[in-house]
Amino acid sequence: MSAEAVLLRARGNPSGRTLEAYLGAGGYEGLRKALARVPEAVVKEVSDSELRGRGGAGFPTGRKWSFVPKDHPGPRYLICNADESEPGTFKDRELIECDPHMVIEGIAIACWAIGAHTAYIYIRGEFVRWARILEQALDEARARGLVGRSILGSPFDLDIWVHRGAGAYICGEETALIESLEGKRGFPRLKPPFPAVVGVFGKPTVVNNVETLACVPHIMTRGAAWFASIGRSRNTGPKLYCVSGHVNRPGVYELPLGVTFREIIEQHGGGIRNGGKLKAFFPGGSSAPIMTAGDVDVRADFDGCAEAGTMLGSGGVIVFDESVDIVAAAANLAHFYAHESCGQCTPCREGADWCMDILDRMLDGHGRSADPDTLLRICRFASEGMTICPLGDAFALPISSMVTKFRDEFERRISTASPRPQKKLPALPWAGQRPGFGD
Amino acid sequence: MSTRPITAADPAAVARAGFDDAMESKITALLARYPTAQAALLPVLWLCQERYGWISPGIMEAVAVRLGVSPAYIQGVVTFYTMFYTAPPARYVLQVCETLSCAVCGAKDLLALLERRLGIKPGERTADGSFQIVGVQCLGACGNAPVVQVNDDYYEDLTPARLDSLLAELGRAR
Repeated sequence: MSAEAVLLRARGNPSGRTLEAYLGAGGYEGLRKALARVPEAVVKEVSDSELRGRGGAGFPTGRKWSFVPKDHPGPRYLICNADESEPGTFKDRELIECDPHMVIEGIAIACWAIGAHTAYIYIRGEFVRWARILEQALDEARARGLVGRSILGSPFDLDIWVHRGAGAYICGEETALIESLEGKRGFPRLKPPFPAVVGVFGKPTVVNNVETLACVPHIMTRGAAWFASIGRSRNTGPKLYCVSGHVNRPGVYELPLGVTFREIIEQHGGGIRNGGKLKAFFPGGSSAPIMTAGDVDVRADFDGCAEAGTMLGSGGVIVFDESVDIVAAAANLAHFYAHESCGQCTPCREGADWCMDILDRMLDGHGRSADPDTLLRICRFASEGMTICPLGDAFALPISSMVTKFRDEFERRISTASPRPQKKLPALPWAGQRPGFGD
Repeated sequence: MSTRPITAADPAAVARAGFDDAMESKITALLARYPTAQAALLPVLWLCQERYGWISPGIMEAVAVRLGVSPAYIQGVVTFYTMFYTAPPARYVLQVCETLSCAVCGAKDLLALLERRLGIKPGERTADGSFQIVGVQCLGACGNAPVVQVNDDYYEDLTPARLDSLLAELGRAR
């Protein structure tokens, strides 16, 4: 089942990320082929491959590209989203580390397809080393005429720039990323208009994830039919799964879409460490509803996860053994989302904080019988379109699913709580009382 | 790998910052990448932080003048993001990832070791200005949890013992 490595074929080769190595493996052949065809044909090839965005939403890439108005007179832009910040996700870093030219070639092809002459790689600020790797690769590509004026002897000009973020989870959301790229605070924008119509600098913009773009050269060289033959209908191609937490062999695994979580966790992740038992797992980053041990036979693809009431998201599989306290895990995530909410929308800004305060109070031994329902109510108010961007859902889905699926653990906390909560404490204690957070 | 220490400019030295020719040519090159000057804000702030170690009010003012936006606007942006230092940082900023995968793989033990060894709490710095501990959110290296970022470098698959020897190494490098 673990077919040939496509995206991570250069992994393990220390000189694999040089331009020489990439060209030796047939690199930039996809760009050459794309430039020989009209942009519409490139969009169609990607549409036919059924490639879906690997950043989290799973939106069909070819369709996204086709939304860019063809008759728009001014410039248009492509942004490669390398702001990998979803807890449990570390695949784009691996791709950039192993094969940055694959990403650059994908960007160049995408730019040709949508008619963009400028692309930005927005990479999270912490990834200093990986930003340097991309810069080096771009220098190599410029020196070879693969990026810059008249690339590969065609009349097509293309500039690609690396743009570092500065520490904000929200900037992984495409409209927040666009705001950030414009030199602003990362506040998501209302949609519509969608970025494909009004994006960065007010111009049509496509934002694609690193892994999505890395698939594109292969679709051009080997064809849409080859790509669509991997996985199953509507869930095609190779996927990078990130396995972290309590497994013997955490890491990034390239597998065909549609493998089961059992295969990912047991076969590739090496099973639960110390001979332990699986308790629960996040299927696709921490913003997806949690799954229990009984869900391991769900297919790890877009539709398989949706049918099981969760999301493939970014493919970040976080594995918990039986030692994990779900209430503590929920509190940990609540801290994350409370810290990372941009603060524009009340349900998310306040809701994440309230969840954090309630969960911290439960951990401190002052849980109350109404807490689980209060958490669920807060989550309901923060999700289902009550906020500008999906960060409201991103905290609501995991927390409400943890309360629902592990309610007994929450109840147990409450039943052993101190019977008289201190009256002097505010109902929801201030987050700053815990070191390291809330500042 | 040896992590480069941060050399933070003295507050008095950057109370009124101006850009010399070296900075100016780098800023000009950055501006050419974007259709608006404002878009160069984050890259210019990074340039300043690399040069001066932190972003002082004087630097914000100089950037504001150079990019044609108000200092208040710059401050709004600087403080939105977590990675810009608005006070001189220690030579080594130890950022301990506290999010889920690291949390279940022993981040607490790392934090406890740092607090014990350095005698400071997260958010504080040692009196000699060598170290500063910060608890941070997901660093995106969950497969190698637990992770600590020291200045620009990631240190992965850490145990308290490995972190302890790293600490000793960094301490000797002073």
